Amino acid sequence: MELVYFLIETIVKVGLVFGVLMGCVAYLTLAERKILGRIQVRYGPNRVWPFGLGQPIADGIKAFFKEDVIPAKADKPLFVIAPMISITAAISLFAVIPFGGVIEFFGREVSLVIAKLDIGLLYVFAIASLGEYGVVLGGWSSYNKYGLMGALRAAAQMISYELALALSVMGVLMIAGTLNLVEIVQQQAGWHWNAFYHFQFFPFIFYLICGLAEINRTPFDMPEAEAELACGFNIEYSSMKFALFFMAEYAHLVAVCAIATTLFLGGWDGPFNLPPYLSWIWFVAKTGILVYFFIWQRGTFPRLRYDQIMRFGWKFLLPLTLANIFGTGLYMVLTG
Amino acid sequence: MAGNVFYWIVFVGTALTAIFAAVMVITRRSPIHSAMFLILNFLCIAVLYLLLNSQFIAIVQVMIYAGAIMMLVIFVIMLLNVEEEERRRKISASPAQIIGVVLVLILFAQLIYGVGVYVLPGEWSEFTRERITQIGDIKAVAGLLFTKFLFPFEVASILLLVGIIGAVILSKKER
Repeated sequence: MELVYFLIETIVKVGLVFGVLMGCVAYLTLAERKILGRIQVRYGPNRVWPFGLGQPIADGIKAFFKEDVIPAKADKPLFVIAPMISITAAISLFAVIPFGGVIEFFGREVSLVIAKLDIGLLYVFAIASLGEYGVVLGGWSSYNKYGLMGALRAAAQMISYELALALSVMGVLMIAGTLNLVEIVQQQAGWHWNAFYHFQFFPFIFYLICGLAEINRTPFDMPEAEAELACGFNIEYSSMKFALFFMAEYAHLVAVCAIATTLFLGGWDGPFNLPPYLSWIWFVAKTGILVYFFIWQRGTFPRLRYDQIMRFGWKFLLPLTLANIFGTGLYMVLTG
Repeated sequence: MAGNVFYWIVFVGTALTAIFAAVMVITRRSPIHSAMFLILNFLCIAVLYLLLNSQFIAIVQVMIYAGAIMMLVIFVIMLLNVEEEERRRKISASPAQIIGVVLVLILFAQLIYGVGVYVLPGEWSEFTRERITQIGDIKAVAGLLFTKFLFPFEVASILLLVGIIGAVILSKKER
């Protein structure tokens, strides 16, 4: 019977997280266009329903009924499978992210996380690195020189920035002494947020920068760079396949923000001592602020040049994140 | 009982998929397809590690092999733009191929011997299954790595450093 309850609980949680995430992704596309519009002193989409609230639905219907073109010389199996890899990896990231405390539900203790893995953080890195295959294979398989350039850039950029990304969270790991994301959040309870209480503010910034590079957003959107590569890796994609890449990008964006919240900003911890069944509010609020920041900076910074990005990653971020590990070690020795 | 059946279904499914992927790796003509099936093979092996209760090895398998190393392999294939091999190549036995076949046969014989005949002389460590579920797999690995096997661990890191320096020197010489 315990097994059945466990199965029901997990399926409900998976459905909930999936539904909320897809809703967020749909309305993030609208939010991004609205906010970018305001930054550029124009209105943004406002035709479908009041404030353009129906825009994501209209976009979805449009993408669904477009013709699905596969280039004649494309590598068909890989061309079809590439967007699936992207979206699957982006959604799977949410399996280990805790979005709330432990709640009582019909006399059963339910913790608001899908899987309480001991290797939670390693799982995040592993899945994220698998997700990059979607971009790389998508660019390569479409038999297009711009696509290939985008894919090559994506591969090089990911190899460079994944390193710095993993190193930037080492300080948090050293302080927490565990890879379990739930335990990391529990240790930060009561305002002991890693970003401020344990002087992990700079690694927090490094993490955000590397996260930007990881999800290929401006100023690091080298793989798609409209101006020079005409959309890069997804140049040959149309219809739902393109929409899948698009959704994967936003889901990954939310995932990066959620992980930053978990590791550095105390997860579901917050003021007012909310009861456990409301604790997710803080998690959602912090993640939302970070997501807003990511959209905001897209409207602010111009795209970097490719060699600048590589130099910045290897010669600036990597040494600094390494230095942070030593700094954190020193801090831990000094404070005991 | 239900758990046991589940275990066997997962094991047989992954094992067969791993063998299928391994066969596909050496029969595909396009190098990228081979690489993709190799990734599938690595993922299956990671699942087998999970069935053996070693989460850490499983996730490292995915992260290092399926994630990082295969990404480099694909990167190189794309950079060199390796074309599909011609369908029919004359089978001429060069010395290298003969040595290769002999080595593969020896390795295969060793595998059969190791699995079927030889009983592993493993010693029982302090980390029993109960203790590992109590403190977690990673802490068990780290505990052994930084106490009992510290010296081999450090030597391995020097080996990697030598590898990095070698790569830098090799790439510098070409200029």
